[in-house]
Amino acid sequence: MLVLTCHACGVTAEETEFHAGGEAHLKRFGPGSSETDFEGYLFMRDNPKGVHFERWRHVYGCGKWFHVARDTMTLEVFGSYSAQTYTPPDDLIAQIEDKRPDWTRKAATA
Amino acid sequence: MSEPVTALNNTSDATGIAAVSEIGPVGMITLRGDLNASYLRKAAAQIAGVDVPAPLGCNSSDNRGIAWMSPDELLVMCPYAEAGETVEKLEKAIGSNFATAANVSDGRAVFRVSGPLAREVMAKLSPVDLDPAIFKPGMFRRTRLAQVPAAFWMTDDETFQIFCFRSVAQYVFDVLKVAAQSGSAVGHFPLAEGQSANT
Amino acid sequence: MSTRLATGGRLLNKAKPLSFSFNGKQMRGYQGDTLASALLANDQMLMGRSFKYHRPRSVVASGAEEPNGLVNLGREGRFEPNARVTTTELFDGLEAASQNHWPSLEFDVGAINARLSRFLPAGFYYKMFMYPRSFWKHVYEPIIRHSAGLGKAPKSRDVDTYEHFHAFCDILIVGGGVAGLEAARTAGLSGARVVLMEQTDHWGGRAPVDGGTVEGVAADQFVENLVEEIAAMPNVQMRLRCMGAGVYDHGYVLGYERLTDHQPDAAGPRHRLWRIRASHVITATGAIERPLSFAGNDIPGVMLASAVRDYAVNFGVSVGDRTVVVTNNDNAYLTAIALRHAGLDVPAILDARVLPQDSELMAQAKALGIRVLMGHAVASVQGSKRVTGVAVCSQAGEGAVLEEITCDAVAMSGGWSPVVHLWSHCGGKLRWDTAHACFSPDVDQPPKGADGLGFVTPAGAASGMFALDDVLHDAHAAADGVATSLGFKLPKDLTAPHAERREETPMAPVWMMPQGAGTKLREKAWLDYQNDVKVSDVRLAAQEGFVSVEHAKRYTTLGMATDQGKLSNINGLATLAGALDMEIPAVGTTTFRPPYHPISMAAIGGEARGNVFQPIRRTPMHHWHETNGAEFEPVGHWRRPYAYVRSGESTHDAVMREVTNTRKNLGLLDASTLGKIIVRGPDAGRFLDMMYTNMMSTLKPGKCRYGLMCSENGFLIDDGVVARIDDQTWLCHTTTGGADRIHQHMEEWLQTEWWDWQVHTVNVTEQYAQIAVVGPNARKCLEKLGGMDVSAEALGFMDWADGEIGGFKVRVYRISFSGELSYEIAIDASHGQAFWDALTVAGNDLGIMPYGTECLHILRAEKGFIMIGDETDGTIIPQDLGLNWAISKKKEDYLGKRAQERSHMADPTRWKLVGLEATDGSTLPDGAYAVGEGTNENGQRNTMGRVTSTYHSPTLDKGIAMGLVLNGPDRMGEVISFSNLEGAPVEARIVDPVFYDKEGKKQNV
Repeated sequence: MLVLTCHACGVTAEETEFHAGGEAHLKRFGPGSSETDFEGYLFMRDNPKGVHFERWRHVYGCGKWFHVARDTMTLEVFGSYSAQTYTPPDDLIAQIEDKRPDWTRKAATA
Repeated sequence: MSEPVTALNNTSDATGIAAVSEIGPVGMITLRGDLNASYLRKAAAQIAGVDVPAPLGCNSSDNRGIAWMSPDELLVMCPYAEAGETVEKLEKAIGSNFATAANVSDGRAVFRVSGPLAREVMAKLSPVDLDPAIFKPGMFRRTRLAQVPAAFWMTDDETFQIFCFRSVAQYVFDVLKVAAQSGSAVGHFPLAEGQSANT
Repeated sequence: MSTRLATGGRLLNKAKPLSFSFNGKQMRGYQGDTLASALLANDQMLMGRSFKYHRPRSVVASGAEEPNGLVNLGREGRFEPNARVTTTELFDGLEAASQNHWPSLEFDVGAINARLSRFLPAGFYYKMFMYPRSFWKHVYEPIIRHSAGLGKAPKSRDVDTYEHFHAFCDILIVGGGVAGLEAARTAGLSGARVVLMEQTDHWGGRAPVDGGTVEGVAADQFVENLVEEIAAMPNVQMRLRCMGAGVYDHGYVLGYERLTDHQPDAAGPRHRLWRIRASHVITATGAIERPLSFAGNDIPGVMLASAVRDYAVNFGVSVGDRTVVVTNNDNAYLTAIALRHAGLDVPAILDARVLPQDSELMAQAKALGIRVLMGHAVASVQGSKRVTGVAVCSQAGEGAVLEEITCDAVAMSGGWSPVVHLWSHCGGKLRWDTAHACFSPDVDQPPKGADGLGFVTPAGAASGMFALDDVLHDAHAAADGVATSLGFKLPKDLTAPHAERREETPMAPVWMMPQGAGTKLREKAWLDYQNDVKVSDVRLAAQEGFVSVEHAKRYTTLGMATDQGKLSNINGLATLAGALDMEIPAVGTTTFRPPYHPISMAAIGGEARGNVFQPIRRTPMHHWHETNGAEFEPVGHWRRPYAYVRSGESTHDAVMREVTNTRKNLGLLDASTLGKIIVRGPDAGRFLDMMYTNMMSTLKPGKCRYGLMCSENGFLIDDGVVARIDDQTWLCHTTTGGADRIHQHMEEWLQTEWWDWQVHTVNVTEQYAQIAVVGPNARKCLEKLGGMDVSAEALGFMDWADGEIGGFKVRVYRISFSGELSYEIAIDASHGQAFWDALTVAGNDLGIMPYGTECLHILRAEKGFIMIGDETDGTIIPQDLGLNWAISKKKEDYLGKRAQERSHMADPTRWKLVGLEATDGSTLPDGAYAVGEGTNENGQRNTMGRVTSTYHSPTLDKGIAMGLVLNGPDRMGEVISFSNLEGAPVEARIVDPVFYDKEGKKQNV
């Protein structure tokens, strides 16, 4: 069971206080979008072994959403950051690149 | 209008290692908005008679207070009978600014757990570090109490005030009673000087 | 015979004699005894029968690793099967019974299995019960079920309570032996928050039994001093009877504390499950001795050498008068010496090794006059329910008997294995220690925490250190390193205590005794006592191609019993490696999974039992419903009245009465559970236009509108009435189950997609009691109470208003889910019951009756209103339900709009909502499928529709239903056939789903 730090209220708590919300930084495609774009938005999700950017909600706490960068293999948590952003912060990316030299950043998070 | 009735009619139990009682009714107003905005801070402080607390805190004085709920939400406490007019006052003070005040006094139940072992009772139900060096009077924490969402506020060294939804009041009271059952003292937290406890 | 010695028993309080019973026989013991030591003291060597062959068994160990000594403990509400005698503390009045035999422990019919063991090898069940196929269900399974399982299942409800406790610390130390104690002292002196837990009821572990001198004092005195020093540290918490059960991600550790197992009548919970978050964990879990594999090593009286020593020193119990010691290492000599010091006979030590010179312990043993036979082994143990002697052979040979020695106990030692379970639970890797022939933690590959760094450190014997001085130094260094890494500072000049060293000669791995044992001997050499797995079984598995250790384990069941192979793992691996001609580390280990030792299910459940098993949500009027005949139904965690049943009525009668009365007179519904969410802000209208399929921004203040909500998938997820309160404020009603879900759904979009929109939501569901006053007399009732104008002119259909009724401050919505004249009235919850009472009084002569959810369902079905969860199932879009009128054509976007344009969603052959009436007036079976022509590719009958809601309508006096049917709306009047599990298919006519008051006149008066 993980321990995460809510970026909104700063509380560090065990996983039972949180709710996982899947892959972060999806771009919404609405009416007028192509079938491929819409399919990608609605159904296609990354499932990497290693560095992953996720959405979490502090459901039993302040109720706010936030983002977490995490290694799905080792469960190492690189950091939490605001839900109100389209990309992870640069210092977090730098930290991950430092710890995971083989990791390459996916276009969606760039 | 009738006399207000709390969810459990102020029931209480003192047979265990800490006393558990439903208190209230308590006037409670959800205030959402920009917590850094002076119009909001002033309005809340004026009505509650205390300053807007820092994150994860609660300021109080007599029967009024302000608890920090989230980065854009406060819980303003006042006497139950004044809740309606307090909402109106807040709305007036906020004016055309973007903020929302709503009376939630009836939607919640409030409990008090008190005694030297109150920390232990709470630590049985909530995944929160309640070591006296970490969690101190004046702190306010929203979390999980067994299977339901709840918030608790330490009003002094041996008292917790617990807020939960009204519909689960019976569950919360019962589960607090189980956690406080006699013979269940854990002995995990150091007692403050001069404190002694029923175990 | 086994008996109590006049001397010894350092853990006993001889001033406190206790009485207990075993299989009904009264016995005596002392405070401090385990059930195992007390049974042995009463010469009760035979304690149970083995699982598969029903072999007579006694204890082989003295601690948590014990595989054999399982008993049924207690009675009725305190009955527990499979209690381990070695971990059960004796108390006055304890009742134990042996298990897994019939009719008695002494004479067990099942023991015939042992005679048939030749026919019951590994994998027997898999091979035997495959064919004929039909036999499994009717013959094999019933027989196996009858004979399988250990112990009896409890029949009574558990009378005890249980709890969890959330604890946080810097350093958690598991194990209270000298290593754990030294680590706790060191960590404690650094100022860190430390928790030290020990699974037994005493500190010190093996050291006081094995002796030695530390800092000039005897080991037991050293332990005593250490415990005293640590107990005085306010930052260190010490807990006995608390086992480290499992280590999980991010420093999560479960501790299992047994509070009243040894004092069942004490107040408070029986077990406490500690849910600990530790910054770092030190595993000072010690080591476990391994048995030796020789023929007859399971006969009662054959025990681990360390256990024989424990029983003598800790409990003052001699396992036998004449004990033969058999070993491959020096350590077992301690047992021989201890027994001699206790005045018991040790006819011989059989040492499998051939050594150039004697070690210190050998010399000591010889000096005591004990005969030491080097290079010798046990060919076989004689006896059945009790050891009577051993046949001696040379280890190098095939078992030719050189000599027979009469004895009544055998103390064996195959070397020691560090307890690496907790290290391994969360991914710590192991390395093979050739010198000690064991796996020990590879400290370079620890389990890693949230910060990517190792969070477990082994200490003492658990890290592969066996000499007392090494153990103490290792534990000290471990605690020092951990505390320092966490930022704590140790006092200067703090050093590890120094223990006198004893010179030992190296052990020699012995995996089969004698080395060249043939099949006959291997078939009697046990590896896993509890699951009855022998050396021959593992060899058979290898022979049959199970080369992976995980496969061989499952095929043979080696290590799969409740002891999880604590004694058998390494011997089993070594046997497999031998059979495969591989090195042991190349074979690898099976996975160590928590818990370390079985823990009670009730402890895992914690406080969640009885009335707090799960939260039940109650409305402000719940108590009134209870006292007025309500039968409740669960709706999420809510309990809503299903119907109010009067005496002499069936539930169905009550529902019919409630429907008729509401249509004719006046009904009262507790609608408090409906979700109520305030949505407010400059962008609230724009936001609600995205949330709902229809237009909400154009709603006028004072008005209500029914709305539909879809997920981004296009599927209908909720519905309800939205009221516009003022320019910037809307109040959205949701379904009962939808309140929290829809509030979160709204917040998710506001926080993660449109975070620049100025909108607030507040969930005020529980602020209000909401009461629906429904029926032709509804207005009269409210007017009788007096107050605000509720006339059709002042408050028209789909209007709302704030006001006062009968002196109560209320908000009244003129909305109807029944088709009748209806007012839904919201009132502050603290006044809900009083207002409900006022309504029942006012409506007394207007025919007022409360109604429940089933009546509500029938009323809405008669009107053709859909219900989320009946007409929808997560795959239904509003268009399927003929709700196109509630989908805005003007809006560019709303959640689900794009999805509803997908080809499958726009497919004209999607089943559509219609009304259905059985041609014979009966009520259609719920969920029944309409059968079509032909079959599908799987040979199943084609379907063309299904029933989604079905009731008997008392208003129309016939069955009515709604369903989804292929091209349904175009087939009005057509009769189709529905399958019926209870008989012949039912014919039903497709009709308009609105059965009652099609023009909607009644609700709009």
